[in-house]
Amino acid sequence: MRHGKLRFVAGALAPALVLHALFVLSPYAQAFYLSLTDWTGVAGGAHFVGLGNYARLGEDALFLDALRNNAVMLIVVPTVTIAIGLFLASVLHLGGRRGLDGVRGTAFYKVVYFFPQLLSLAIVAVLWQFVYNPTNGLLNGSLRGIGLGGLAHSWLAEPHLALAAVMAVIVWSSVGFYMVLFSAAMDAIPRELYEAALIDGAGAWATFRKVTLPLVRDNVRVAFVYLGIAALDGFAIVQIMTVGPGGPDGATEVIGLSLYRNAFTYGKFGYASAMGVTLFFLTLAVALLALRGRRTERLEIA
Amino acid sequence: MVQIPTTKYGTPRRAVLGAALAGVAAPALVGCVTSGGDSGNGTATGAKTAENPLGVVPDAPLEVVVFKGGYGDDYAKNAEAQYAQKYPKAKIDHKGIQRVGEALQPRFVADTPPDVVDNSGAGRLDLPTLAAASKLSDLTELLDAPAWDNSAAKVRDTLLPGVIEDGTLAGKVVTLNLTYTVWGLWYSRPLFDKHGWAYPKNWTEMLALCDQIKRAGIAPWTYQGKYPEYLNDPLLTMAAKTGGTDLLKAVDNLEPNAWKSDALIGAASAIAELAGKGYIMPGSEALSHTESQAAWCQGKAAFIPCGSWLESEQKGVVPAGFDMVMGTVPALTAGDKMAGTAVQAASSESYLVPAKAKNSAGGLEYLRILFSKASAKAFAEANATLPAIAGATDGLTLTSGLSSVRDAVAGAGKEAFSFRFRSWYAPLAKAVDDATGELANKRITPQAWAERIQKAADAVAKDSSVTKYQR
Repeated sequence: MRHGKLRFVAGALAPALVLHALFVLSPYAQAFYLSLTDWTGVAGGAHFVGLGNYARLGEDALFLDALRNNAVMLIVVPTVTIAIGLFLASVLHLGGRRGLDGVRGTAFYKVVYFFPQLLSLAIVAVLWQFVYNPTNGLLNGSLRGIGLGGLAHSWLAEPHLALAAVMAVIVWSSVGFYMVLFSAAMDAIPRELYEAALIDGAGAWATFRKVTLPLVRDNVRVAFVYLGIAALDGFAIVQIMTVGPGGPDGATEVIGLSLYRNAFTYGKFGYASAMGVTLFFLTLAVALLALRGRRTERLEIA
Repeated sequence: MVQIPTTKYGTPRRAVLGAALAGVAAPALVGCVTSGGDSGNGTATGAKTAENPLGVVPDAPLEVVVFKGGYGDDYAKNAEAQYAQKYPKAKIDHKGIQRVGEALQPRFVADTPPDVVDNSGAGRLDLPTLAAASKLSDLTELLDAPAWDNSAAKVRDTLLPGVIEDGTLAGKVVTLNLTYTVWGLWYSRPLFDKHGWAYPKNWTEMLALCDQIKRAGIAPWTYQGKYPEYLNDPLLTMAAKTGGTDLLKAVDNLEPNAWKSDALIGAASAIAELAGKGYIMPGSEALSHTESQAAWCQGKAAFIPCGSWLESEQKGVVPAGFDMVMGTVPALTAGDKMAGTAVQAASSESYLVPAKAKNSAGGLEYLRILFSKASAKAFAEANATLPAIAGATDGLTLTSGLSSVRDAVAGAGKEAFSFRFRSWYAPLAKAVDDATGELANKRITPQAWAERIQKAADAVAKDSSVTKYQR
């Protein structure tokens, strides 16, 4: 009997495992191997070069720019997105006059804030490129319209503004999703807790800090992982929207873009694979840190 | 290698995963990506006769892969129809696609490529990489064959100057380019006539004219700021005219301090002066090619640097009566080594025959048809683009832009030059683009521009993993 069960379990697992190994693990393994070679992408042979590709990464000024930019994005994008997401979700839940309901039109706002999530990233990038257009873009046009023409900039072409402009787009496009995520988490918080807090005389900020935040902490942590991974990517937006792309002069370079350029423009697949492997370990490290960082005891509700 | 997460179920799951990894990944490592090697090619060749100089096997199938971009692929189909007429038994497989490189890369790796490829457009294959991997046929046999519609001339004698050099890598002709591109400065002739402006013959006149244009309320220049390489073309053209062939060689051969030569720093200073005097339309630095070219077509700027494809690219945007024409980049100094009429020109739309093509004789024959004068004439007529075949536009009524391009080619005579470093050393090209973008935005000086690029050129020169070329 036990024998038959084992066979059944193995039989059920095998197809999935084989597919996983073939389409997930094997490409990873190949990328690891290729990162140690000088494969050009078309040649039949690849010569083993040891860790040479990794040593080069340290001298590649553009790659170092990319690392710096991804690091900035890693700090700014999740923090800002989660802060705005939490704020909007709280307002939708408790922003009403009594302090226990959402603002009027909550359902409508939820849908509207979620809209950017429905657009493909490519469309988002193209739309924002129009918004940032220095001569007839919406942003400069609005600034000039309200008499703040002095604040108008060539957003994507000035090195100290370009990365911020890119990050603003990433935040804009993802905030709706996290608002919905946090909203769902807040829905699960019993109302009695808020009523009790209200009776105890807690203000909005105290209620948020002492009641809401501890109870959605798990969701915030998951959001950090997702946003961290998104911040380490950024390829599509940068590739479509920025000057160069990746410019001006490396100001918006990201690892993914360096990787793509080296593989498909320069024909250095081995070197590009080394970048990919580096990115893989960075992403893994971010995910592990975010998930293990703060192991607080779980709060039990009900 | 890949780390396998431990679970509370302990060994069984790990063991299964491990076995799967070892079983599947190991052969894949050596098998999938880099397979190939020297399996013999099944190239079919028949007897060579005067009628059939390339030895085509009449019933061998022919596979043609064409980049279907701005020129469409009807012209390629017309050549296929002629091929089918001569070899009715041959089955022709035509594919008009985009992102040629991504589609064909696996087939080159597996050594099962098509018989002819038009390796053009965004996402094409990197030619030096292909050539270094010996994936391309030598086209010398085709060049020495009689032309399709003029058996008195060899194919090589029917091409415009520079076309064979453009297709040569490491001493071997591996591609043949169908179109001929000339770079220059574009303007609207009616606009200039209206204001009584004359196209400048040298840079001093250019600056004087820019002053006049600016006072007329029009921005003198704009450029495709999102892609600073467009502004490199006038800069490098001026430098090449000043420094002559020696400069081209020094730059392309990665000679020490080539970028710090007076010719290049002088040309960079000219562009910097343009920016410094406010002759470049504000905001240009962030505009894409479509946006800046549209602004130029709306008369917001007088000059825009671009290659000869501009007229067909602007077809749907340009207002009636705009009548754009291309002028040659003015000479920077009186002591220039090349005449003011010299132009930067290069052929593009690269056709190649893979080394492992099953029917490479058919592939070559197909190119002989495609590069015939009649085929080129039809191409020029349909696409308002200069083909790389001499005399292809004879007897055609040309648009204002195309006729100015043809005149520029005729005026330049033998002085049609091009830089090779862009295609030989793509990372260097990227460094030049970035530096020029900074220069045009006044963030670096011409001196710093030269130093940055020289550093990048030196890095390429000493990088042993990069195949070097000489001209």
